Amino acid sequence: MKLENLFDALGGDDSDTLARLHSRLERDAEHEDLLDVAYRTLDTPLGSLLLAATPVGLVRVAYASEGHDAVLASLADKVSPRILRAPARLEGVAREIDEYFAGSRTHFDLPLDLQLTDGFRREVIEHLSEIGYGHRESYAAVAAAIGRPRAVRAVGTACARNPLPLVIPCHRVVRTDGSIGQYVGGIDAKQTLLTLEAA
Amino acid sequence: MRPFEDVVAEYGPTVLRVCRAVLGPVDADDAWSETFLSALRAYPSLDSGANVEAWLVTIAHRRAIDVGRAISRAPVPAEALPERRTQPAHPADDDPDLWAALASLPDKQRKAVAYHHVAGMPHAEIAELLGNSPDAARRAAADGIKALRKIYPKDDPS
Repeated sequence: MKLENLFDALGGDDSDTLARLHSRLERDAEHEDLLDVAYRTLDTPLGSLLLAATPVGLVRVAYASEGHDAVLASLADKVSPRILRAPARLEGVAREIDEYFAGSRTHFDLPLDLQLTDGFRREVIEHLSEIGYGHRESYAAVAAAIGRPRAVRAVGTACARNPLPLVIPCHRVVRTDGSIGQYVGGIDAKQTLLTLEAA
Repeated sequence: MRPFEDVVAEYGPTVLRVCRAVLGPVDADDAWSETFLSALRAYPSLDSGANVEAWLVTIAHRRAIDVGRAISRAPVPAEALPERRTQPAHPADDDPDLWAALASLPDKQRKAVAYHHVAGMPHAEIAELLGNSPDAARRAAADGIKALRKIYPKDDPS
């Protein structure tokens, strides 16, 4: 008799069981206030987006180019390692992003958790939220708007490190000469978003 | 520290097999759930160098004791029995001999077999869980395997 076979039978094909147990863990963790970070991925025209939320609100949006595993590892360090793939908390976020790409939503109405940004960068991020759908503002104009007209490069850095791209519209910040500049999701993604909003 | 999701993905299957070996298929699900919820609570204070699998098996061991106690304290009324059969099917349902064979082992043998042969823990760590010596843990695992070979001899490849 091969005992390994016996122990294999204890597992069998238990992917269904493990999926069910995982769902139960998500619910239990939420109920016990142990789900510090819930995440899911969402397929969009710009590829797979990682969406992560704390009990306060949406804390991170990441393009695939940033490396979702690296982003989750960073959330474990900076927010909490109590992280689970738990889509329930992100239902509203996913729906609004779907609507945005479908062209039926021009404003995100979501609770946000801005704990991953502070100081100057946070000032920039908060100003970006005021740039409306379909509008563009130059890096220099953003710098002037927050009272730091000479900090144009720092505004570019703050945009590049926006923890909530798409939802906080750093894609609406362009160069003074009208060229679109850099973007955390790549220049093509930025062009796609600006085109979508211009339609 | 790794996201807890990675821990669930990597060790969830092994912990499920350990819970099944120790408690049988029905109570294993509850023990698994309680193990990972407890682990999630304690996870931020876990030493970075800790053996995560042994840590999880230790929690599962305590939960298994709790579940076992709850079962022996509150025997299931006869009319509740059919309800248990409506639980989702487990793969080893095809092979009830497996549960019978494991269930027939003395408690320490069954746990020593589960922790050593399913979870791969060293005998010295198992001894700490079972409250005996490493030699005694090794003997319990060996005796358990010997007994299993006797009562579960069906699949001789010849």
